[in-house]
Amino acid sequence: MIAIATAGKVDGEAVAWIEGCLATEIGDDTERISPVPDPGYAYDASRGQYSSTLVLHDALARLPANASKLLVITERDIFIPMLSFVYGQAQLDGPVAVLSLARLRQEFYGLPPNRALLLVRARKEALHEMGHTYGITHCGDTGCVMSLSTNIEQLDAKGSGYCDDCTTLLREASGTQKSAARSEAHSGGSR
Amino acid sequence: MKKHWEVLVVDDEPVMRESLAAWLAEDGYSVDTAESGREAIAKAAVKDYAIYFVDLKMPPGIDGIETMMEVRRLHPDASVIIMTAYATVDTAITAMKEGAQEYIVKPCNPEEISLLVGRIIKVKNLQRENLILRKKLTKHYSFHDIVSKNPRMVEIFELIKDVASLKSTVLIQGASGTGKELVARAIHFSGDRAARPFVAVSCAALAESLLESELFGHERGAFTGAVERKRGKFELAEGGTLFLDEIGDISAKLQVDLLRVLQERTFFRVGGNEELRVDVRVIAATRVNLEEAVAAGSFRDDLFYRLNVITIQLPALRERREDIPLLARSFVERLAHELGKEAGEISEGAMRLLVDNEWPGNVRELENAVERALVTSKGHVLDEDDFAFLRRDGGRGNGWSPPDNLSLDEIEKQVIVATLNRTRGNVKEAAAALGIDRSTLYDRMKRYGMNRVNV
Ligand SMILES: [Zn+2]
Ligand SMILES: [Zn+2]
Repeated sequence: MIAIATAGKVDGEAVAWIEGCLATEIGDDTERISPVPDPGYAYDASRGQYSSTLVLHDALARLPANASKLLVITERDIFIPMLSFVYGQAQLDGPVAVLSLARLRQEFYGLPPNRALLLVRARKEALHEMGHTYGITHCGDTGCVMSLSTNIEQLDAKGSGYCDDCTTLLREASGTQKSAARSEAHSGGSR
Repeated sequence: MKKHWEVLVVDDEPVMRESLAAWLAEDGYSVDTAESGREAIAKAAVKDYAIYFVDLKMPPGIDGIETMMEVRRLHPDASVIIMTAYATVDTAITAMKEGAQEYIVKPCNPEEISLLVGRIIKVKNLQRENLILRKKLTKHYSFHDIVSKNPRMVEIFELIKDVASLKSTVLIQGASGTGKELVARAIHFSGDRAARPFVAVSCAALAESLLESELFGHERGAFTGAVERKRGKFELAEGGTLFLDEIGDISAKLQVDLLRVLQERTFFRVGGNEELRVDVRVIAATRVNLEEAVAAGSFRDDLFYRLNVITIQLPALRERREDIPLLARSFVERLAHELGKEAGEISEGAMRLLVDNEWPGNVRELENAVERALVTSKGHVLDEDDFAFLRRDGGRGNGWSPPDNLSLDEIEKQVIVATLNRTRGNVKEAAAALGIDRSTLYDRMKRYGMNRVNV
C-alpha cells in the first residue's frame, strides 16, 4: 500500500489527483493518511527554503506499518544544500519520497495560474519520485517520466508515463515488494 | 552505462554529503561518501572513482585542495570537482591555480551540475570505449606477446604453431630489435616443451672461454677460478629449449663443439671426461646473414646446415609499419603500468611521427622511444613534443656531413665511443640510444678493441 500525506496546507484537488495517478500507474492500493507536520523544522532562513532531506528523515519515522511507501506532498519550496532547489526527493529503493508543488505552479514564475498544467506537472513529478523509491534511476528516454528534468521546460517536455523498460522495472520491483510484504504478514500470522 | 561509474562525495557536513549522494544515486551513479579529506584519500587508494566531488573547506586537517592533489597523485586522470559555499573570487582563483579543472559554487542550479557531470562522463565513456576496443585489437593481433597484423608476421605465427612441437632446430634471422627472442619463446611456450625450461644465452656478450663454460659447464679446477663444478646452459635446459642468440658470433672452436652436440646430443663439461647426454631443442638466432658468413669462410657450412632446418626470417619494423600504432599503444599500456603512471593516449601527430620513422633499431627502439617519452611527458597525452628526440636523432642526415677520410668502421667506432662517454660507460643506456641491442653493442666494442673501462 502507498500512503499519501500532506505537510502543511496543500491544494486538496491536486493531492486527490496525484493519488489517482499513483493508483492507476503503479497498480498498488493508495491511502490518504493524516497530515505530517508542516516542515517549519526544516526551514533554512538564509535560503528561505525547506530542507527536503530533513523532511524525508521525518517521513521515515511516520511510515505506517501497513504501507510499503509514503509520499509526502507539500507546497513549500524545498532544496538540498548542493542545489538551488529540487522538485522532489526520494530514497532510492527506499520507502519515502517528498514532492513540492511550489515550483510546479505558473505563479512561481510570475505567470498567470494554469490549473491543468499544474496537475500534469504534479503527475509527472509524483510518478518520477515514486519510481525512485522502487529503485529506478534516471531513464535515458526523454519521453519517459523517469528522465531527469533540471528545469521547468524539461519537465514540461517529457512524457507523463513510464516507458516500457521502466514499466518492466516497476512491475518487477513493486511485485517483489508486494510479495515480500505478503510473506512477512504470513509468517507473522503463523507465529 | 551510468551504473558502472563510481563517484565519491567528500564533505564534512552530513546533510550536504547525504543529499548530494542521494541525488547522484538517483541519476544512476554508484556513490560512496567520505566525511574528511583523510577518509577520501584512504578510499581513493583502494578504488579509482570516475568523479570526486570535494568540498573546499573541511576543518580540521586536510582541506579540499590538498585532498584533490593527493587524489590526483594516486590517479592522474581523476576528475575532481571542487565545491565551495564561499563564492569569493579568491578561493576560486586559488582552486584553479592548484589545478581544479572543475569548480562549482553551492548551491548551484540542477541543470549546471547535471551538464557538468554529463560532460565528464561522456569523456570517460569515450576513453573507456577506446581502451576496450584497443585491448580487443591487441588481443586479436597478438600471439605470445608478439603483436602484429602484418601478413608476413601472421604467416610466421602459423609457422611457429606448426614447428612448436617438433624437435628440429630453428634458425631465426632478423635485424637487431626485431623480436627474435620473443619468437623463440613463442615456439617454446606453444609446444610440448612448454612446462620445461627455456634458457637463453647471448653468444655475443661473452669471450670464447667464458661462453664455452657457460654453455657446457665446467669441472672443479678446470681453469683458474673454477672453484666448483658448474652446470652449463645445456644441462639447465634439459627437456626444454636452449636459445642461442647471435650464433654468428661464435668462434671456430665453439662451432665444432656445438656441431657435435647437435649431431650426437652429447658433450663434455670443460675439464671433464664424463660424456653427458641431453635432450635439448636448440633455437638459434642471428642478425648477420649466415649464408654470407659461410661463403666468407667465417662460419662452418656443416653447422649452418644443422641449424638451418627451419628458418624464420623476421621483417624489419619499417617493413611492417601497420603494426607501429598497435605496438606503440601496447608499450604505453605496459610501460605506464611499470612506471607507475596512468596509461594515456598517443596524439595523432605523434603517431604519424612514429609511423613515419625509419626505426633502424626496430621494435626495441620503438619500445625505448615510448619509454623515454613516458618518462619525460607531463601530460596525459603523448604528443609530438614528447617524441621530439626522434626528429633530433633521426633528422641528423640532413644537416650533418661526414668527416673526411674516415672509413665507415671508424665513424661507427667514434659514434660508439662518444655515446658511451655520454652515458658514462653505461652499456644499456648507450645501446638504447644507438637503437641496437646490448649484445650487438658488446660485439662492436669487442670488434673495435674497446672495453668498458677504457671508454
Ligand atoms: Zn524510462
Ligand atoms: Zn530523479
